[in-house]
Amino acid sequence: MTSRFSEVTTGPPIEVFALNKAFLDDTNPNKVNLGVGAYRTDDCKPWVLPVVRKTEQAMANNEALNHEYLPVLGLDPFSTAATRMLLGKDNKAIAEGRAFGIQTLSGTGSLRMAAEFLGRILKYKTFYYSVPTWENHHLIFVSAGFTEPKTYRYWKAETRGLDLDGMLEDLRNAPENSVIILHSCAHNPTGVDPTPDQWKQIADVVQEKKLFPLFDCAYQGFASGDLEKDAFAIRYFVERGFELVGCQSFAKNFGLYNERAGNLTVVVNETKVVAPSKSQLTLLVRGMYSNPPNHGASVVSTVLNTPELYEEWKGCIKTMADRIISMRQGLRERLEKLGTPGTWEHITNQIGMFSYTGLNQKHVETLVNEYHIYLLKSGRINMCGLTSKNIDYVANAIFETVSKVGLDSSL
Amino acid sequence: MLPTARIGASGLTRSSGPVIQRAASWWSQVEMGPPDAILGVTEAFKKDTNPKKINLGVGAYRDDNGKPFVLPSVLKAEEQMRAKKLDHEYGPIGGTAEFCKHSITLALGDSNEHVANGLNSTVQGISGTGALRIGGAFLQKFFPGNKTVYLPTPSWGNHTPIFKHSGLDVKQYRYYDPKTCGFDFQGALQDIAKIPEKSVILLHACAHNPTGVDPKPEQWAEISKVIKDKQLFPFFDMAYQGFASGDVSKDAAAVRLFLKDGHQIALAQSFAKNMGLYGERAGAFSLITSSKDDADRTLSQLKIIIRPMYSNPPVHGARIVSEILGDANLKSIWLKDVKEMAERIISMRTMLRDNLAKEGSSRNWQHITDQIGMFCFTGMNPAQVEQLTSKYSVYLTKDGRISIAGVTSQNVGYLAHAMHQVTK
Repeated sequence: MTSRFSEVTTGPPIEVFALNKAFLDDTNPNKVNLGVGAYRTDDCKPWVLPVVRKTEQAMANNEALNHEYLPVLGLDPFSTAATRMLLGKDNKAIAEGRAFGIQTLSGTGSLRMAAEFLGRILKYKTFYYSVPTWENHHLIFVSAGFTEPKTYRYWKAETRGLDLDGMLEDLRNAPENSVIILHSCAHNPTGVDPTPDQWKQIADVVQEKKLFPLFDCAYQGFASGDLEKDAFAIRYFVERGFELVGCQSFAKNFGLYNERAGNLTVVVNETKVVAPSKSQLTLLVRGMYSNPPNHGASVVSTVLNTPELYEEWKGCIKTMADRIISMRQGLRERLEKLGTPGTWEHITNQIGMFSYTGLNQKHVETLVNEYHIYLLKSGRINMCGLTSKNIDYVANAIFETVSKVGLDSSL
Repeated sequence: MLPTARIGASGLTRSSGPVIQRAASWWSQVEMGPPDAILGVTEAFKKDTNPKKINLGVGAYRDDNGKPFVLPSVLKAEEQMRAKKLDHEYGPIGGTAEFCKHSITLALGDSNEHVANGLNSTVQGISGTGALRIGGAFLQKFFPGNKTVYLPTPSWGNHTPIFKHSGLDVKQYRYYDPKTCGFDFQGALQDIAKIPEKSVILLHACAHNPTGVDPKPEQWAEISKVIKDKQLFPFFDMAYQGFASGDVSKDAAAVRLFLKDGHQIALAQSFAKNMGLYGERAGAFSLITSSKDDADRTLSQLKIIIRPMYSNPPVHGARIVSEILGDANLKSIWLKDVKEMAERIISMRTMLRDNLAKEGSSRNWQHITDQIGMFCFTGMNPAQVEQLTSKYSVYLTKDGRISIAGVTSQNVGYLAHAMHQVTK
């Protein structure tokens, strides 16, 4: 029987999921997964935060709870707490009624909602993303109707750090009203964040060229272990008077990956635009999925709004961030001790879950095929995949690979 | 646009950069969107202080005390799930294979040949709305025919925005006959026969929303034939399987008939009503194709549509669905739960009709019991609806639609009285 859909071709596999599958299918006992971005304990296991498990149990025992529809814009106590967490409880924009949040389908959903609003309601057409950036940014904005995707330089291979001059030059050439995707902290995939002074310079250009700042906030707390510190950049921009959005994910910092808890924080200049903006967002949500899922947001809301649980949760994030920082230190030490060609201080200069190691495709292929160490072609590794048990094996493998394959200009 | 920056005195703020003088906003030209008709009803209801008030707006099931109902099978499933101490790691983009298989199997029947031969490409959607949206986006991108969806008149209010947001055109075919408060069978057949070939036609599988009017089996057979003759692509919205008649197989009869007749279809399912999982957003979108290869390729493209929307779906509700449908004991409890809900609704229809007769109403209210599912198109006009609300604190949508789920043995007398008063 013929089909209407016979012309449909197979879509390209998404690298990170294909990598994960290859890892799962691999039977080698030494295999290491440095691919997908999820936290792992030192036993290389997923970690359901104790405060999350406790809260879920309490929710289960609470007979007053049910599975009724949430409002279109989500659970209000959740969004209020999430926006407060991002901007700070004493934030002026919140006090003046110029900041609000709406619940979204985790970080991706928040970015998509922001893109739909900026694209379809404000009719912006141009967006800028860093080179490199999270691979889903481009598709999200294009799917939301943006027609002019542009890039700004970010990663400097020679220094394994930020190409500030390149970035500022590219932003200075951006047309007015371009939406600039900025990583709030723990840049994905490089781990390279601007310093406070560099953020000031970026803000100067964004202001001068009348660009629209959009912050992707997927790792608050996860980068330094400190919620306030990790929110420096967006709070600075708010203080300087920018209108902006912050796209928040609770996947990593709450370990609630599959419950899709996220928030879109919007900061505006005039309170009178809040109601119309919310009503337009309502229509966008309604046409996509009607209302957001309850479970994850309820867990987050309970924790953020209950002082003892909030303190306990802050302890959990610190645990995760500290483990990552110690793996960074451990990897760098070992690579240097082994005399691995190239320089490795970027491993500890970078921050967050990911590191752009500077390894090239040939290195990566060797690591995957010969050592069963799985990482992305870009050389991105997830620090959480390292444990006290496998760090020697990985360091050694990198040393041998780089020695064998040789350096190129990127190292 | 943003005004020119004015350098403020650096002592004014803690920041060390120039402060933009706040005046105009990027957003000042954003218009207030129209309020949502259905949700607006509930909001107005909440504000009303009349102790006799009745909410017949939003379509969520209520028990005979007017309270939300968490199904016993759902409670049990959640208990069993907790013992498994499941984690919260990222799930697959299209939902778990388990959930997808259980969903489509429920729709098409155990041991159906389509699933057995791998002809379906099924993904989890954010409940029914999300499933429809994924379907819309897929058709916009890949449908080789006329990218227009034909909706019955009337249809669920959100169908149009969903398909328009997906980039499709939306048109209508006759469906509801206001003269009989029943199915305009001839009108539907005529309009369907005029639809340009290779267009998409949306069909409510059972318990039509908002009218409650469903075609009879023999009428479905004729509709299937016309659709086949015109080479239209059937897109089924099945939000009430089990909830309409109380029997999951009976409620899926139209879908199964179309497959038997050789149609390849699209199907959106929701577990919001039949499992009471409203806020957990468990639904599924499927294409039933003609080959496993078709199914594989279309599945890969469905995932690419999902990824830039929300990456992967929320698991909690889907896990409950899998737990129930995958456990023979839980499934049988659930089938009883859903039958109970359907039967309460059917009995409320009967009581309402009887009470209207007792009130002395001379109008023909037969459609109240002829119609099926959560909703009833009463036939009342906007003026009568307005009176019902303002005089009697009975809340419903302007089109005269009532949610029977909001009717209880305690309020049905008052409701009948109020309806009689505004229609006599």
